[in-house]
Amino acid sequence: MKINSPRSLQRIVISLVVIGLIALALGGYFQPVNTLFQRLTVDIQTWFSNRYLALVDFLTVPRDVVSLRQRNAELEAEVAQLQTEVITLQQKVADVEILSALLEFARANPQYSYTGATVIGRDPSPFYRYVIVDVGSNNGILPGMPVVTNRGLVGRVDAVIAEAARVQLITDSASAVNVRLQASNTEAMLLGSVTGDLSLDMIPQDATVQPGDIILTSGLGGVYPPNLLVGQVVSVRKLEYELFQQASVQPNVDFSRLQFVLIITDFKPVDITPLIPTPGP
Amino acid sequence: MRTFFTLLILFAAAISLQLSVISRIQLLSGNADLVFVILAAVSLQERARSMLWWSIGLGWLMGNISATPWYIFVGAYLLGTAIARLLARRVWQAPLLALLSVTLVGVFLLHGLTFVYRVLFETALSFTEVFSQVILPSLLLNLLIAIVLYPLLRDLIERLYPLEV
Repeated sequence: MKINSPRSLQRIVISLVVIGLIALALGGYFQPVNTLFQRLTVDIQTWFSNRYLALVDFLTVPRDVVSLRQRNAELEAEVAQLQTEVITLQQKVADVEILSALLEFARANPQYSYTGATVIGRDPSPFYRYVIVDVGSNNGILPGMPVVTNRGLVGRVDAVIAEAARVQLITDSASAVNVRLQASNTEAMLLGSVTGDLSLDMIPQDATVQPGDIILTSGLGGVYPPNLLVGQVVSVRKLEYELFQQASVQPNVDFSRLQFVLIITDFKPVDITPLIPTPGP
Repeated sequence: MRTFFTLLILFAAAISLQLSVISRIQLLSGNADLVFVILAAVSLQERARSMLWWSIGLGWLMGNISATPWYIFVGAYLLGTAIARLLARRVWQAPLLALLSVTLVGVFLLHGLTFVYRVLFETALSFTEVFSQVILPSLLLNLLIAIVLYPLLRDLIERLYPLEV
């Protein structure tokens, strides 16, 4: 073996360098270089990976838009359905509140029997203040039965068919209710009008009537039971030369929003027509 | 037969809408009469048939639903329809104007008759109050409904009574 040959010398040098490098590496002298190399590798890998993902995103975006639109449409439909459900439930809550109030009224006034009814229509003629309810003779309803809500007197049943009844409101211009002013215990007559306003007539001149006085049914005439709340006095008109005072009345019931009513089924109206004297021959 | 059933459904829907919705929409104390406006619109069609019978039937039905005596509705609807038929036969060139005219006459007939009946048999009413609070607002609402419904009804009526060439 010829050590002196240039080729052999080269091998020996390379081997020594390699061994030296390995020894240095094993001795931990290459750690900073190694760290720098790793950092560079990771950075390059991250850069490539991000660019690749961006490219994939770019290429798959149209497909995602379609699926997103579909998902959006589904969610919008779901939102619409939920909104409908919310409105339905709100309506049911409102109905339950009204029905609870009616139930409270029925419990607070146990002297009468009641049948609940829903208002399903109004008289087509503006001259008549009547409503149509969804109970009729099949439910034991008879003409003349008083109709109330938890807020007070509504009117009386005017006509009945098997499954529905027509109710004359106290605001009708042909309606007249015998009432009593609670504060002064004075009798008066509550009259409706073509505009739906209520007024009190036949109040004696010597009676003291104040705005805010509570008006209750008196029970006179036998058409309505006594002590049903009607409304309160708004203003009084007293003229010295007239026989009676008059007053305008704010009804306690909101007749424009009438939804549910109670019909008093065990009150028998008294027909006093035969007692009214007729002119003789 | 198709026309009969279409009109039947149309008027049934109109009565239901009248009782549940239109009667609740008030201007002062007046409200519109959807049934009469539709009846007038159909009656103004020259090719329409049996409209007088329809007016009697609808008047009777409305009169039984309402507290108004049935013969007032029948009388007003019948007269209104008769006027509409007269106008239709005279080849009226402005159908919307004809509808508005019939609506106006119909409202005055119906409310005039009702007013007279209430005053004679039921209760005392002030004419000026009734005129300003009930009749005029009702007239305005009816005319508004006629204007709104006219294009819809025209399309429907043209399908019901196609022009024979």
